[in-house]
Amino acid sequence: MPWTPGDDVIAVQRAPKPGGAGGLYRAFGETLRGLKTTFARIPEGPTTLQYPEEKTPVYPRFRGRHRLHRFADTGLEKCVGCSLCAAACPADCIRVVAAENTPEHRVSAGERYAAVYEINLSRCIFCGYCEVACPFDAITMGHDYEMSDYHRPDLIFTKEMLLVEPFERTPLRAEGE
Amino acid sequence: MTALVPLADVTYVEPWWMAILKSIVIFLVGLQILPVMIVAERKILGRLQNRIGPNRVGPFGMLQPMAEIVKFATKEQFRPRTAIGWLFAFAPVISILTAVAALAIVPFGDTVDIFGTRTGLYGIDVTIGPLYLFAFGAVAFYGIMLGGWASGSKYSFLGSMRAAAQLISYEVSQGLALVGVLMTAQTLSLVGIVHAQEGMWYIVPQAIGFIIFLVAGFAETNRPPFDLVEADAELVQGYMTEYGGTRMVAYLFAEYLNVLVVSLVVTTVYLGGWLLPFGIDPPTWVDPFVVLFKMSLFIFFFFWIRATLPRLRYDQLMGLGWKVLLPLATLNTLVTAVILVAVD
Repeated sequence: MPWTPGDDVIAVQRAPKPGGAGGLYRAFGETLRGLKTTFARIPEGPTTLQYPEEKTPVYPRFRGRHRLHRFADTGLEKCVGCSLCAAACPADCIRVVAAENTPEHRVSAGERYAAVYEINLSRCIFCGYCEVACPFDAITMGHDYEMSDYHRPDLIFTKEMLLVEPFERTPLRAEGE
Repeated sequence: MTALVPLADVTYVEPWWMAILKSIVIFLVGLQILPVMIVAERKILGRLQNRIGPNRVGPFGMLQPMAEIVKFATKEQFRPRTAIGWLFAFAPVISILTAVAALAIVPFGDTVDIFGTRTGLYGIDVTIGPLYLFAFGAVAFYGIMLGGWASGSKYSFLGSMRAAAQLISYEVSQGLALVGVLMTAQTLSLVGIVHAQEGMWYIVPQAIGFIIFLVAGFAETNRPPFDLVEADAELVQGYMTEYGGTRMVAYLFAEYLNVLVVSLVVTTVYLGGWLLPFGIDPPTWVDPFVVLFKMSLFIFFFFWIRATLPRLRYDQLMGLGWKVLLPLATLNTLVTAVILVAVD
């Protein structure tokens, strides 16, 4: 008794049944059907995005290049140099050297600030753990994904580079898109 | 004077300078169509696959072939140590030569008066028409075979053997499919065949023959779905494996020229050449454009088929050639003959 596969069987589209004049006729018919299928692509128009000129919009939660933030009112840095992001980083690409804030030289809102904050983007895996680990929301993942460069040292982003308002190079997807 | 041109079935004598002028014009027109065809192929293929195709070089990517020619021409001339030098260099020449030679007999229009001399808008009107075509088709096979063999590489040789088998198999059906037309027209001259189509194009009474001829034509030009000669994914490039630079361009040139020739021949033999339907009789200067327009329809069809059908397996190719097309072509010839005799 042959095995019956039951309802789980997936119908696979097969080639026309071969053999004889009937097979020839069926093959010819299938050829015409194929021609129709390809021709129907012309009125649809191309779906190509002309990349350097047009860009794929990213989703709001897209994890692109990192950004460091300042308080909007005081202009002080949010980062207090706690190194939690560096500890959370699985790729070990963040380097933080903290220093004390003084009344004359006040950089951040906390006691200490990050004197050095470097992210080696050639090692970063864009997992977003740094963003999750940060207690002050000082570091977030931005939307920029165009970060290729000619030299590896150029991919080490310093605090100044991460703090500046980035030049928005990637369009954001509208709600529900 | 006519004794000097025994191949030509003309009732008038053309001056020698007219023959030279015509051959130059036909060659140049053919040569100008090729780059357009290459861009058109890639752009049409793109559209058929929801893509855009080349659009970076020049306006709408029209200068793409120029960029490619420069790229190929500046490449190193390489040949394997085991290759037979002069044959290796000569084989692509044969391929081009035969493709261009076939262009000579395609009629673009009837006889007209140019500079006060009566001349036909075709290279030469040979009395053996299709036989001339098949003769050069058979010589073209040497271009491929010698190219593969002289490369001194077993993969090239395998590719050329496949090509040989394919060309031989499909030439038979192609010839037999054409016999139906020749019997109906009762002439071998291509101009005569076009004249015989006044009233009805042969695509209607010879529909089966037309399809067989077209399918065989695809196989003869090594175009998809019969491109298993070069089968990019499996054989690298078939007989062209060891070729590079301008020599490979010569082969590609010959291939595209063959597509052009097949389209022109199908136009001439089955689609009434320069004739227009519904009794429209335009001035004579329109005739070449009518032929070129009909030709471009077939060239589009070549691209369309390329976008649609997957490559045949070798046994499927042989099966289609010998078990389907050959019996059909024979049947077509027989039925045509019987009908012709019955009607007479």
